[in-house]
Amino acid sequence: MGILYLFLVPAIAFSALSAGLVFLFGIGLPWIATHSWGTWAMSIWFTALIKMALLLLGIVLPIASLLTWMERKQSAKMQDRIGPNRAAILGATMWGIPHFIADAVKMIMKEDFVPAKANKFLFSIAPLLAVVPVLVTFAIIPFGSDACTGQLFKVVTDTAACGETIPFQVARLDVGLLFYFAIASLAVYGTTLAGWASYNKWSLLGGLRASSQMMSYEVTMGLAILGAFLVFGTLEPSAIVVAQGPNPIHWGIVSQPLGAILFFTAAVAETKRTPFDLPEGESEVIGYFVEYSGMRFGVFFLAEFMEVIFLAAIMTTIFFGGWQVPGLYADGFHIFGNYNMAHGLVLFLQTAFWGMKIMFFCWFQLMIRWTLPRFRPDQLMRLGWKQLLPASLFNIVLTAAVVLWLESK
Amino acid sequence: MEPVFKKRVSKATILKLQRKNSFEQSMMLPAVVKGLGVTLRHFFNNVAGGERSEAVTVQYPEEKFPYPPRYRGLHRLMHREDGAVRCVACMCCPTACPAHCITIIPEETGNGNEKRPAVFEIDELRCIVCGLCVEACPCDAIRMDTGAHAHPSENRANAILNKIDLLKNATLNDKDPHSTAIQGGVPAWRDTNKTP
Repeated sequence: MGILYLFLVPAIAFSALSAGLVFLFGIGLPWIATHSWGTWAMSIWFTALIKMALLLLGIVLPIASLLTWMERKQSAKMQDRIGPNRAAILGATMWGIPHFIADAVKMIMKEDFVPAKANKFLFSIAPLLAVVPVLVTFAIIPFGSDACTGQLFKVVTDTAACGETIPFQVARLDVGLLFYFAIASLAVYGTTLAGWASYNKWSLLGGLRASSQMMSYEVTMGLAILGAFLVFGTLEPSAIVVAQGPNPIHWGIVSQPLGAILFFTAAVAETKRTPFDLPEGESEVIGYFVEYSGMRFGVFFLAEFMEVIFLAAIMTTIFFGGWQVPGLYADGFHIFGNYNMAHGLVLFLQTAFWGMKIMFFCWFQLMIRWTLPRFRPDQLMRLGWKQLLPASLFNIVLTAAVVLWLESK
Repeated sequence: MEPVFKKRVSKATILKLQRKNSFEQSMMLPAVVKGLGVTLRHFFNNVAGGERSEAVTVQYPEEKFPYPPRYRGLHRLMHREDGAVRCVACMCCPTACPAHCITIIPEETGNGNEKRPAVFEIDELRCIVCGLCVEACPCDAIRMDTGAHAHPSENRANAILNKIDLLKNATLNDKDPHSTAIQGGVPAWRDTNKTP
């Protein structure tokens, strides 16, 4: 029973969500579009709107709030405790899952305190500056292969050649991951402004620690991922996923193991979680949001968990094959013999498996967060500039040489 | 380990030692994997539950940790066999009490020279639970073996337990509420049929 809490809940959630997505994009919207009054249903802006709403309201926000419970429960399991098990809905405690609702209610009901000499405008806008970049970057994450509209029950051999398609991705940008780096680096404004606008010298110091850490590790993050760009020859996430294919041997983790480790380390530092949590230090250090209370603090908290989900999504996309299921091609399984499957079922499996990978990496980040102790600031800077940065440069040179050698053959 | 930095401050010499990390330590990754191994083992053992669970948490309101038999808890005043308070107001316990939390006002029972407490109050907020009153009592009238904690109260007056409260506390322990101690037998002057 205990094992259920980790896998069953997200499995059901993702299966239901992907079934809804497949139904909507495969049957629902095309059916509306066949009528003269509903041609707007298949327009790019409307499908993008639907995808945004489903991705953010259906996946990111529920899982981010679920992660608050998962972190408490998982840390309890790792530390030989029991963890939250009291909150109940109609007497059903469900392994303590209602605790995240109780947390949210508590956050909303708390006093919304603003320090007397704080800069009220910047103080209010800082949580938004922390949370909006994370939400925006989800636009480039592909959560399924292209859906061939109206061919849901047929076997489709190539999604690129089946006429009208709806991509399972909000925005298909050619700059792709550069867009992610551009937007994600805005998040540092949220933390720094929160520290400065609170009119508290300790929160200001926390904000300075946050900005120095985030800027240092952004360099490594960008350089570590360049190797993957060299291997796949594109910046566009869905093209990267297609290039990896359903065979795990061709996934990014095999061709870029060093890049994956470096990127993961640097990105965990970007999320400001425990091995690198000296900007906030929720347990004892005073951090940049020390003056925040109630839902303003809750937004920072939620932004942190959304960064966890986003890091899981980007790791999945670049290094672990995105929505690819091992052995599942567009027309069905070709792993032990050939089993043709309807296009709708393939889409469903791919999106559900994408969700599983996301949950796995969220779980893995929580494992790391509750295993490792915190770095000292000098250790943090030494790791960032003297160890990760040279290693990522070495990775680029090595990858470039190998790619050049393979192409010249 | 070479001292790389030597500084003389008044009488003490401060040595700062430069510890060299081994290659494995400076790589960090092997240590991280080792640490993850420990936490993963605990995680999966606890998630599997049952025999493999290593959690030792006591779910407090439902399960309670058994106190050791000589645990000193809330006071209780013992009854005689006829229900009268066993205390003879000898004033030993307020004398022994280091926190001065016991107040006794004695009165005569009207039965020879026997006394009994008219008022017997213990301020549980001042009590330091040392048990000296129990040691001091010559007739086993006060005990601290209820196994209960002092109750939470909303004002200070409620934390002062009077004679009736303390006599009621005798039933907190599932042992015989009557005192079982025999100290020289029943004195000839005591009329056991009389209630206080």
